[in-house]
Amino acid sequence: MIQKSILEALQKIVGPPHLLTQKEDMLTYSYDAAVLDPVMPAAAVIPETKDQVGDIIALCAENQIPITVRGSGTNLSGGTIPYSSGIVLLTGRMNKIIEINEADMYAVVEPGVVTATLAAEVEKRGLFYPPDPGSMAVSTIGGNVAENAGGLRGLKYGVTKDYVMGLRFFDSQGNYIKTGSRTVKCATGYNITGLMVGSEGTLGILDQVILKLIPAPKARQAMVAVYDTIEQASETVAGIISARIVPATLEILDNFTIRAVEDFSKAGLPKDAAALLLIEVDGHPAVVTEEAEQVKALCLKMGARTIDQAKDDAQRDKIWAARRAALSALAQLKPTLVLEDATVPRSRIPDMVRALQDIAKKYRIDIGTFGHAGDGNLHPTILTDRRNKEEFYRVEQAIEEIFDVALSMGGTLSGEHGTGIAKAPFLEKEAGYSSILFSRQLRAALDPSNILNPGKITGV
Amino acid sequence: MADMKELANLVKELEDQLVTCIRCGMCQSVCPLFEQTRKEADVARGKLALLTGLMENMFTDPDGVNERLNRCLLCGSCAANCPSGVNVVEIFIKARAILAEYKGLSPAKKLIFRQLLAHPGRFDAMVDWAGRFQGLFAKPDANAQGTSCARLVSPLLSNRHFMPLSSNPFHKTLPEKGVTTPGSGPKAAIFIGCLIDKIFPGVAHASLKVLSHHNVGVVIPPGQGCCGIPSLASGDRDSFTRLVDHNLALFEKYDFDVLVTACATCTSTIKKLWPSVYKNPSPGMQKKLTALSEKTMDINQFLVDQVGIEPIETGLEDAEKEIVTYHDPCHLKKSLGVADQPRQVIRAAGCRLEEMAGSDKCCGMGGSFNVYHYDLSSAIGTLKEHNIEATGCTAVSTGCPACMMQISDMLGKAGASIRVRHPMELYARALEKLTP
Repeated sequence: MIQKSILEALQKIVGPPHLLTQKEDMLTYSYDAAVLDPVMPAAAVIPETKDQVGDIIALCAENQIPITVRGSGTNLSGGTIPYSSGIVLLTGRMNKIIEINEADMYAVVEPGVVTATLAAEVEKRGLFYPPDPGSMAVSTIGGNVAENAGGLRGLKYGVTKDYVMGLRFFDSQGNYIKTGSRTVKCATGYNITGLMVGSEGTLGILDQVILKLIPAPKARQAMVAVYDTIEQASETVAGIISARIVPATLEILDNFTIRAVEDFSKAGLPKDAAALLLIEVDGHPAVVTEEAEQVKALCLKMGARTIDQAKDDAQRDKIWAARRAALSALAQLKPTLVLEDATVPRSRIPDMVRALQDIAKKYRIDIGTFGHAGDGNLHPTILTDRRNKEEFYRVEQAIEEIFDVALSMGGTLSGEHGTGIAKAPFLEKEAGYSSILFSRQLRAALDPSNILNPGKITGV
Repeated sequence: MADMKELANLVKELEDQLVTCIRCGMCQSVCPLFEQTRKEADVARGKLALLTGLMENMFTDPDGVNERLNRCLLCGSCAANCPSGVNVVEIFIKARAILAEYKGLSPAKKLIFRQLLAHPGRFDAMVDWAGRFQGLFAKPDANAQGTSCARLVSPLLSNRHFMPLSSNPFHKTLPEKGVTTPGSGPKAAIFIGCLIDKIFPGVAHASLKVLSHHNVGVVIPPGQGCCGIPSLASGDRDSFTRLVDHNLALFEKYDFDVLVTACATCTSTIKKLWPSVYKNPSPGMQKKLTALSEKTMDINQFLVDQVGIEPIETGLEDAEKEIVTYHDPCHLKKSLGVADQPRQVIRAAGCRLEEMAGSDKCCGMGGSFNVYHYDLSSAIGTLKEHNIEATGCTAVSTGCPACMMQISDMLGKAGASIRVRHPMELYARALEKLTP
């Protein structure tokens, strides 16, 4: 509960329609896309301006009220599940694209801008904002920055952190901080921008993001390779990388996923195939042609049954529609879907794929595996029904084993979904206790009252 | 009022459908209401969470959930875009019925649904009577849409530019025994629908003309009632069920291959909701409802897929053709997957089809949503109006009379000289020019 006088003060800052306190509304801000227990906040505020955000934070700092920032609530790690005595700060009204600078190739946006909206605006000007997380149709730039979101193009183009040039944010006391700049190079002060990306709202609250843009590639070529064993497919992935070819996208679908997609969308995928690789190379037309030929030859050499090249945009769209349908198709099979994103060095993809198959067998659960094989970031997708307690226990054990296996290969617990609550208890396994202690000390220094998204990342 | 535990048990009926939502939030990208308010309770994921909360007995009264559940256009955009295939519209309609049965209907709704809509004869007579007196409180706008507006400031009508009731509703022009015409090929029964009958009778006349031109045998039973969607949207499953009984008994007397309607909402209601929401059907009744559902079809789809049409020779060069844009009614495209056929009809009618941005975005009508949330409905409709105007068209076509009403209101308010026409009207007009 929050004192009535504080609620009144919040209401005064944002105006009556933009403070929500009814239990019904609190329920709708108690969850995100992670499979975790919901927690209802005490209030939700929807500010529109920088000053309102500053005032809200100052008020919360004075009264030690926890704040959890929420964009579209699509993250998969519980990063936006609030604190029961705290508030949720919604960025929905802070959704202006402030500037798209074509000459200097950058954009300045407010945190509530939807990723796909920015990508489309940028594309109209012949520029390119590459990070494309699966939820980009709804996810916000603020959320992408806070979670360091990835996507299908990570292999060649990197992830959100590679595009954040600068930030404007409020610290836990409501002071306004500027970091980074509109220039390509910037060597002043600490690299606070880098620290803020992926900090999940635990170090500050964003007001503006300066994003790097790049020229749109002139040509692209998509291909599908069909395999009779998943080993051949995963070895091809390692083979393409070691041949020094960097496709824009290099995705894998296993047989379980292929069958689900085909049953769902009747796209004409070979249901008997053990695995598919969906590959796209892009760039200068001459390079694209040459690399496409090299990739084709490599796939066949590694044992692909067939490899088909998209002849036009319609065929290309069909290929990526099949990939985009993967999650949807799997989601229809069972009520609960746990989407993991443990990531390994890409040369270990064949080992990881084998390990996932063993884990599915060992715990007697359904795992569909697809994902960004080219950057080592697979998405083992566990299908279950959370109401079945016995099965869900096995699911939790399997997840822990997936983490262990990924770490044993020199990988990470999360390639792109973030730590949040879901992975906080396991972080020590990956980074060791002193790293956690370092993070906690950093956090305690910057946020002594621990009001910024408590419980996330460092477990405190 | 029974206790909340009992309500929780009633909502449990929906549990298997509710658990399929994986909370991914993709519904936010297509919800026309969320685009306006950006509030989680206004989008499907939030409402499904609220129903789950109700099922888990988290609330002390159902009013807050009920109020939020009713803030929805039932356009089905979320369902059409849902990765998990959650049948959102059916869940919401059933939930509204459960809540209405638990809370009881408001006296006004009781009067409208139980005493009027559920009695087609009474409803027709009332509307005829109202039609004669509407000139007292409304004046015509003299615009391309043919709307009216209130003579005096009226809290009921606010600043709406509404379609006046026709002085000559379609059912009044029918012979006492209805219509039965012979033809070759499949025989079509026509379900008229309230809005076409009482506000856009021209659409029904045009449909008849088109079908007879193509030598389709037609059956129009007299005394047809409402399809039941207004009652259902307010949770009145009893009145809905009574209307289904009435209509089913009527059509049962005739022999036909296809039931066609020119109203997207009626088609979608008969096809999808009659078999799934009818209250406690006997096995025999369920069979009848399913059989009729399978026979029911949008008139554009029937014309293109079953009858087959060729472009009408107008002798016009492309540049001389009338520019028409098409709005996809949610109940046609998202609910039934019918999008290409009406466009083919428009092109065949000798028009140049110019696509608008977001042709399949909801117009904001949503039936009673427009009545209770006119400000939001208008904000959504204004986006549609801008997209229509940007095409430079002189007419906008759509296959749903409810969308026609909303778009007329929006264009009327904007002072645009763009007419609103059903594809059947465009096609019938082209036929008229063909045979003077």
